[in-house]
Amino acid sequence: MTGHDDHDHGRTFQPDHPEPTSDAALVGLALRELLIEGGHYTADEEQAVIAEMQGASPENGGKIVARAWTDSDYKQRLLHNGKDAIKELGFDLEPYEFTVMENTEGVHNVIVCTLCSCYPRALLGMSPAWYKSRNYRSRVVREPRGVLSEFGVNLSDDVDVRVHDSTAELRYMVLPQRPVGTDNWSEDDLAALITRDSLIGTQRDLSTK
Amino acid sequence: MSEPLFSVGQRVQIADRTPPVHHRVPSYAKGHVGVIERVCGMHANPELCIRGDGKPFQRIYRVRIPQTDLWAPYEGTDGDKLEIEIFEHWLELAQ
Amino acid sequence: MNEPWGPHDIGGQMAGPIDLGEHDIAHWEWQIDAMLRLAHKKGLISDFAELRDGIEQLSADDYDRLSYYERWAKSLAYTLLSKEVITDQTLNEKVAEIRARQEAEGLR
Repeated sequence: MTGHDDHDHGRTFQPDHPEPTSDAALVGLALRELLIEGGHYTADEEQAVIAEMQGASPENGGKIVARAWTDSDYKQRLLHNGKDAIKELGFDLEPYEFTVMENTEGVHNVIVCTLCSCYPRALLGMSPAWYKSRNYRSRVVREPRGVLSEFGVNLSDDVDVRVHDSTAELRYMVLPQRPVGTDNWSEDDLAALITRDSLIGTQRDLSTK
Repeated sequence: MSEPLFSVGQRVQIADRTPPVHHRVPSYAKGHVGVIERVCGMHANPELCIRGDGKPFQRIYRVRIPQTDLWAPYEGTDGDKLEIEIFEHWLELAQ
Repeated sequence: MNEPWGPHDIGGQMAGPIDLGEHDIAHWEWQIDAMLRLAHKKGLISDFAELRDGIEQLSADDYDRLSYYERWAKSLAYTLLSKEVITDQTLNEKVAEIRARQEAEGLR
């Protein structure tokens, strides 16, 4: 904390993240100060929420995938009722219905929220900027194969594409195909292979490098 | 907890209406016919919970629509699908 | 295709190439995000649907022009003003205070 004001409300702008000056950002900063001054929440509570959000990452999703790859009964529970299956691993996305879509030889899944940017943050961390962008949200429902090719995923006509638009209270994750040559790998080593983009569906093949 | 009106495999039509409140049906899907892929749970209806007017719960369904029905032209296979979650009160059995 | 209902209803529209760059979230953006979650946790809003409604109330121009967290900030302001958790006057005064401080610090 670097503030020297005696009423510094934990304003910790970092040198590489300067304080914003746009009108809309000022509204945001003003709301924050008003809510803290009004006793609605404290700077400490703010820090705790930020720490919690920063603590979530695609590693969480990776653990779930690795368990599904190595335990076929777990995989069935995950595909049938993701909301309850993730609780077995200590994760919880309630009240949302966590729903897992399995990639196969013949099917590739990709996730979007066209209306805003719904995303299973507790399991994947913060969504990438492109996921929230107009161009992704507009185009991936209409031309998924074109969009996927921009991500380097080029699908033949032998593979069907399913686009899942997270329009209500479901939150999605893709279960990527397990790479060949990983038969005797530990869950930890398998989890380390998994990338954020493979869990959203903008990556299909995982490298075993 | 109410019984689901629709079951997996049934053909349903998504209503083509535009209520003057927040609603979670994208315009590209309105009026289209799809198949129930999954019966989901009960959730707060966002149309009624704005500004604390109460939270009646409604069931959600996943509806699967062929992409070739939605877009013309469409660059992809006949097997490509678009799948969305729709609240029960937006669906009726297709003719 | 049906007419979009609001500036957010963009699924299926034509658009340009996707910027694949990774953009770090700035500290102030984490603070806005935390504020949204705390507003819900503390009961200032009853459901995130209220905030999505606030986004949909933005003008098409604002929706295009503003960054992701700027939109949420304006949405929360709209929501809290309409619920009278804050008033226009106090919000404007606080914005002016921050603007003045930034000017004094040479940030503007």
